[in-house]
Amino acid sequence: MKIKGRVWKFGDNIDTDVIIPYKYKARTNDPYELAQHAMEGIDPEFSKKVKPGDVIVAGKNFGCGSSREQAPVAIKYAGISAVIAESFARIFYRNAFNIGLPPLIIPGISEKVEEGDEVEIDLREGTVKILRTGEILRFKPVKGFMEELLHEGGIVNYYKKHGRFPWEPERR
Amino acid sequence: MVTNMSIDMIMGIDKSIQLEPRVKKDEDFVNKVLKDETLTFAEKILTIKRVDEEKEIAYKDDIIVASPDLTMATDGTGPLAIKVFRELGDGDLFDPKRVLLVTDHTFPASNERVALLQKMLRNFAFEKGAYYTEGNICHQYLLDVFDVPGMLLLGADSHTVTAGAVGAFATGIGSTEMASIWKSGSTWLRIPPSFKVTLDGDIPKGVYSKDLILYIIGEATIDGATYMSVEFTGSAVKQLSIEARATMSNMSVEMGAKAGIFPPDEVTMKFLEEVGRKPMYWITPGKEATYDKEMFVDVTKMEPMVAVPHSPGNVKPVTEVEDVEIDQAFLGSCTNARPEDLFIAAEIVRKALKQGKKAHPKVRFVVTPASRRVYDKALKEGIIDLFLKFGAVVTNPTCGACVGTHLGILASEEVAVSTSNRNFIGRMGARDSYVYLASPATVAASAIEGRITDPRKYL
Repeated sequence: MKIKGRVWKFGDNIDTDVIIPYKYKARTNDPYELAQHAMEGIDPEFSKKVKPGDVIVAGKNFGCGSSREQAPVAIKYAGISAVIAESFARIFYRNAFNIGLPPLIIPGISEKVEEGDEVEIDLREGTVKILRTGEILRFKPVKGFMEELLHEGGIVNYYKKHGRFPWEPERR
Repeated sequence: MVTNMSIDMIMGIDKSIQLEPRVKKDEDFVNKVLKDETLTFAEKILTIKRVDEEKEIAYKDDIIVASPDLTMATDGTGPLAIKVFRELGDGDLFDPKRVLLVTDHTFPASNERVALLQKMLRNFAFEKGAYYTEGNICHQYLLDVFDVPGMLLLGADSHTVTAGAVGAFATGIGSTEMASIWKSGSTWLRIPPSFKVTLDGDIPKGVYSKDLILYIIGEATIDGATYMSVEFTGSAVKQLSIEARATMSNMSVEMGAKAGIFPPDEVTMKFLEEVGRKPMYWITPGKEATYDKEMFVDVTKMEPMVAVPHSPGNVKPVTEVEDVEIDQAFLGSCTNARPEDLFIAAEIVRKALKQGKKAHPKVRFVVTPASRRVYDKALKEGIIDLFLKFGAVVTNPTCGACVGTHLGILASEEVAVSTSNRNFIGRMGARDSYVYLASPATVAASAIEGRITDPRKYL
């Protein structure tokens, strides 16, 4: 699976309250409505500027704070196809897999990539190519349940296709 | 269909409910695990709870499949989980008596759209026969009714870690994952590395568990415990009630922790006697267990602490921020609105009233007890009356002000001192409002003076 898009850069410790303020998720389950407010705490115009396929590059501890799955949902439905960060907060990381938004860990990525750069991601190979410099960065491809979730696009898609969850034994 | 049980829960007849372990394993094996001196708390409990292997020890970094003793979702995460549950084909819950649904984040509803999502949660609970309550903050309700040592609690709320205070393993997950557990009764978990925090010495007057956890987060940094199971131990821990411990377990997630555990002890035993519940398993970490990280804190030198905007990790002694003027003082949230917290604040308020002082005229003092049981206790002890005389507004239990949904939203450029857990940009209202996190004592003292105030002058 390959992804190509422009980079939107963010710093360290981007919390779920700035990704999607609670007041919006309190009133809707609609992912497209949530997407209109994605990253609003930092850049209220973000959702208007993003193009489908774009990629977020961030510092460490991306998605810290609440368990709200609406955070990766808002990002995904705004058009973002992957988040590459130096590190992720635990629940955001799990949620991203579960809803089919690839979270990729590359320490040092912030120094290599500039806002607006085009990148090409190969999920199976574990590579990110920066088209401006030609440099190829590597990440460790995930294994086991997480790999299956990532390639099927999340829990719901996996379940619909296989009739079980990836952690359940086959033919129960 | 509204069942009798549902009505009981709505009316807040919050008697203890004793849950039996969902996974029952060979007693000899369990005893062997409990006595193993090389295993951490996390390794022991997740070995007992795993369902992918009957008699295999789960070691750090192993990925296992586990079945929770209880699951919990709120009006903030439950409606999305319900939507996903329907997409997964609907049907029965894996065990309705291991599913708790709570409307607490904006209760009672602040507008029609919020009301509609809450109606969805309520109807789902009745349709499926799950436990349901509203008007109690979920983590306090769990402590009031369900939490016991040795249980595995998975909640669709990051502050689910609060239950670590009684020696439960409790952690937060998202909505889609919650829906998948409702359906399958299981999920995968990685065995976390462990982080031991040792607190030694006598806790000084004016310093509370909130100050301790703020200090620890400041030292560890806000991703210093990411993925880790934090274990709190040391002589100072013995001086902390379950309520005080809950504040620290609760905020463990503010440094990224997967769990914040107080291994059970005599304080836990006393708590269980008071609430009339029995432990599921009495799990203590092995004496030779391996820790990936350790921190030692001498509490005797501790001062009241404050986390300044916009991170729970920006921690300073209160003495360094005393010139900050405030518009709102908030005593509430799952972090610090238990009876002990209200009593601590009330003592300061009582003293102020004796001196002829009230809440500062430019300050809104919002008091939000964490649950109906807490409210009831405060009412019977005359605490609510005291807050009202002081000039506070006392609200029903809700997460409202802490998550910026209602009953205490901050306007542009307003400043609050709050007993809650997060001071991120826009958390309690406007993007350019400012939140300082502090103990109930600091919040009460600040309400008197209209600026952040060292509570020790009122003790």
